[in-house]
Amino acid sequence: MDHQLTVLIVDDEEGMRLGAQRALRNFTCQLDDAECSVSFTTQMVDSGEAAIEACQGETRPDIILLDHKLPGITGIEVLEQLGSEGLGDSLVIMISAYANIETAVRATRQGAYDFIPKPFTPAELRYVVQKAAGRLVLSRQARALAAENRRVRFEFIRVLGHELKAPLGVVESYLDLIRNRTLGEDLPAYDEIVGRSLTRLQGMRKLILDLLDMTKLESGQRERSLEDIDLSAVARSTAEAMEPQAAERGISLTIAGAEHLHMQADPAEIEMILNNLVSNAIKYNRDQGSVTITIGEDAEAITLAVSDTGIGMTEDERERLFGEFVRIRNAATKDILGTGLGLSILKRLVQLYHGSVTVDSTPGEGSTFTVRLPRSGE
Amino acid sequence: MTDAKTILIVDDDPDFRLPLRLQLEAAGYTVVEACDRDEAHATIAAQRPAAVIQDLMMDQPDTGFTLCYEMKRHHPDLPIIMVTGVASETGIEFETVTEEERSWIKADVILAKPIRFEQLKRELDRLL
Repeated sequence: MDHQLTVLIVDDEEGMRLGAQRALRNFTCQLDDAECSVSFTTQMVDSGEAAIEACQGETRPDIILLDHKLPGITGIEVLEQLGSEGLGDSLVIMISAYANIETAVRATRQGAYDFIPKPFTPAELRYVVQKAAGRLVLSRQARALAAENRRVRFEFIRVLGHELKAPLGVVESYLDLIRNRTLGEDLPAYDEIVGRSLTRLQGMRKLILDLLDMTKLESGQRERSLEDIDLSAVARSTAEAMEPQAAERGISLTIAGAEHLHMQADPAEIEMILNNLVSNAIKYNRDQGSVTITIGEDAEAITLAVSDTGIGMTEDERERLFGEFVRIRNAATKDILGTGLGLSILKRLVQLYHGSVTVDSTPGEGSTFTVRLPRSGE
Repeated sequence: MTDAKTILIVDDDPDFRLPLRLQLEAAGYTVVEACDRDEAHATIAAQRPAAVIQDLMMDQPDTGFTLCYEMKRHHPDLPIIMVTGVASETGIEFETVTEEERSWIKADVILAKPIRFEQLKRELDRLL
């Protein structure tokens, strides 16, 4: 990205002002830390009073080249009068022909960022301006990033609030029906709404558990214990755990690929990854479908692929899939319960191994989720 | 002929349809349900309901609008009660419908969630 910064040149000598302007006019500097380049536009004033006015205008200069010895108020007085509020995040570079340590110290105390003694060469001027530009752009980027993080966090909390409120509203509406004896005095008449209430509360519990899992992963508080594990053994135990869920809908579970493939990993994490994928593969499958866990390896990585014969996804759905609280809503998924956090958790788990997750999918035919865990990330 | 006692409820959320159905049935209505546009059109053709209660927010944000428009075009005399509210599952705010949006919605009545059944019953009585 390219930035353009405005430099206000404050000097009573016209030669100085024009010289500085020439030095900066066609100057573009590359800021490697901030991954951008910066060019400059200049404004010029010949007194401290005019400088203060320029700083109070609509477009505040980004960098101020401020001469100390001016006809009216001095450069340091300009700083005093502006104060930190008046300066905002503008950076001041003090210029003085009578460079002495005392002026430098006083200027710095009043908020000046840097100091350049007169006379200076165009190269020297560019050097201090580039330094100031780097500092300015980096601090602005950091601020923007912090604001973005705050926004994402608030958005997360807002959606989470909705997700937690929804089941409460539903259960409340059902309890109201019971309280008002809407369906008469016979208890069995209420079975359906009690059933729905329990389902929604279960969903809410799952959401809270997912949330706790995610928080643990995010904060890095979960204690990891890396050990030598046999992936096919973990896959077998996952398949066993999921068997009842699959059998309910006549779905077959198969493990394919390499036998006794070992890697250094935290067994609980690998189990969570596989559980997550296999439970999705069952949930979004058709009745009598199948789920295959394939364990493989190549030169760089170990791969865990879980394929289903389910409803599949369109390309657009696939792109949105890994967002928090994203649930693909369509006629085929309307009765499937989920928290919308499962794949976010999966993504974080895989990141612990510096791995990646990819999805192949054909609508109506099925999806394959492939997790790659690089050996170097072990 | 339409059946004066049959009400169609359209929404993709079963927990919107169920309590409404139970209350309407307790009040003596016959209720048919549809969870998307296609089902709604098919049910109207087959069951000839006397009125429709539908949610504005369904699987896609514009489904409710479109469905309402289509129903009014094909069945201008079929009363439609539109329910609007926060779409909790998508997290999209839809607290209040603006005047402009109201003018686009072709429904006879627009009710905000959470709906009170007494109010809904009054509107039904008035429309039927």
